[in-house]
Amino acid sequence: MKTEQMTIVHQEPIAKNIYKLTLAGALVQQMNEAGQFVHIKVSEQANPLLRRPLSLCDINKEASECTILYRKEGAGTTLLSQKKTGDAVDVLGPLGNGFPLEAVQAGQRALLVGGGIGVPPLYELAKRLVNKGVKVTSVLGFQTNEAVFYEREFAEFGETYVATVDGSYGMKGFVTDVIDERGLSFDVLYACGPKPMLRALEQKFPNKEVYLSLEERMGCGIGACFACVCRVPGSDTAYKKVCSDGPVFKAGEVVL
Amino acid sequence: MNRLAVELPGLSLKNPVMPASGCFGFGREYAKFYDLSKLGAIMIKATTLEPRFGNPTPRVAETPSGMLNAIGLQNPGLEKVIEEELPWLAQYDVPIIANVAGSTMEDYIEVAKRISQAPNVHALELNISCPNVKKGGITFGTVPEVAAELTKLVKEVSAVPVYVKLSPNVTNIVEMAKAIEAAGADGLTMINTLLGMRIDVKTAAPILANRTGGLSGPAIKPIAIRMIYEVSQAVSIPIIGMGGVQSAEDVIEFFYAGASAVAVGTANFVDPFVCPNIIAELPTLLDELGFDHISECTGRGWNKGGPTVYCGA
Repeated sequence: MKTEQMTIVHQEPIAKNIYKLTLAGALVQQMNEAGQFVHIKVSEQANPLLRRPLSLCDINKEASECTILYRKEGAGTTLLSQKKTGDAVDVLGPLGNGFPLEAVQAGQRALLVGGGIGVPPLYELAKRLVNKGVKVTSVLGFQTNEAVFYEREFAEFGETYVATVDGSYGMKGFVTDVIDERGLSFDVLYACGPKPMLRALEQKFPNKEVYLSLEERMGCGIGACFACVCRVPGSDTAYKKVCSDGPVFKAGEVVL
Repeated sequence: MNRLAVELPGLSLKNPVMPASGCFGFGREYAKFYDLSKLGAIMIKATTLEPRFGNPTPRVAETPSGMLNAIGLQNPGLEKVIEEELPWLAQYDVPIIANVAGSTMEDYIEVAKRISQAPNVHALELNISCPNVKKGGITFGTVPEVAAELTKLVKEVSAVPVYVKLSPNVTNIVEMAKAIEAAGADGLTMINTLLGMRIDVKTAAPILANRTGGLSGPAIKPIAIRMIYEVSQAVSIPIIGMGGVQSAEDVIEFFYAGASAVAVGTANFVDPFVCPNIIAELPTLLDELGFDHISECTGRGWNKGGPTVYCGA
């Protein structure tokens, strides 16, 4: 965990407001888990002030490159989207704890469920699971046709289903509708996306092994500022920090 | 000669740079990045008698050159801080300034009495200015008589010097500072955050779950400088300055305004190495400016500039 000026190798839009950013630097050698994130300073100026927490989508240690998919939403990500090949960005990381690969054995089946900008970290996870001999099924949910990305990339690792809320692409509805309609079965479920989606998955599979990666507004990203805390069931004062205790938690470990 | 060493009540600082309370936890996270013994001191996260979970999320919102926070004094409570956090910090050669908070006078007194007895606590910072807790907090920091009374009571029980953290959310900060000095405070720390708010343009809802929060970061630096400039000329106790410090130049500016040491807050979130980097840069900057020792900078700005011109009321 340190800071480094990483170099932009490539940047391109891949869906509406979704950018694919590839960075090169020695820091990649420290990136050991799918589901970890980096904290990026998009400007050398004081405005915007804070770093942006962005999850790692692809880690390529051989080339010393990592890929991040992010949504251009506010001033910070807009600035990031304007950066060009060869530009340097200040990266702090890798941060947080990733998805536990040991939760599933070779020959078993993992179901990967991603919602919107929660999809990217599941890509590195799918890659690692397949390498381990785990069978992977992916369900990717998006708002609409224009927002869909990485369907083909996930399809390389196994059966992949896409749903859109408005039905303009793939199946109409939510990721949970896909799981029901297709009768998808699994040994372990890994998910990343908006809280309502994670909550629905947690409630749907109370007796299954489920791992959820949370999204939350962050300040420092290292556990010092207490901005991204969530409650622990059955306690008034116990808490976990999404940035440093998570962002991946076992279902039931924190209150969603 | 250590050109950065500063002597303040209760504090022999090897340098005048310390992380501000609430922006550094109890140091554990930053110890993964560098040796905490490099710091002049550490102002640990506010400690209350009982553990507090704090406010619901979202707790932070970004603003131009700053951020709003409404953490709500989340902390593990006095017992745990004394038994776990302070002994852990004792492995480092760095004085601790314990930030004391509460909802009632009795809370403050109890926390101050017990935490001031910890061997590595060299001073207290009385938190009478947190804008994010419903009970107590800022009311102690906005009425001079109440602030003075609390200062007096805490001084009576504290085993170490007491610094009082001033809120900028007052009409007359000089009056507040004088009342606290008269009540026996050993020093002042200033400024705490400014009460602020952001509203989401799409939903019309406040971004912070607590609705309002404390503004910090470079955006508030000019206010901190102005307030320290005014207060330091009106009191004779030393000031630890804070509010948007992010560089060695900022440290010097705070000293010019009248500070004797400086705390770094929000900048720790942006760059975990900011404190040691500032400390490393200060000697070169002193050379460039022609100072032998950092203390020469305190109050340098007092007698400079033209006559004060009041615009409007």
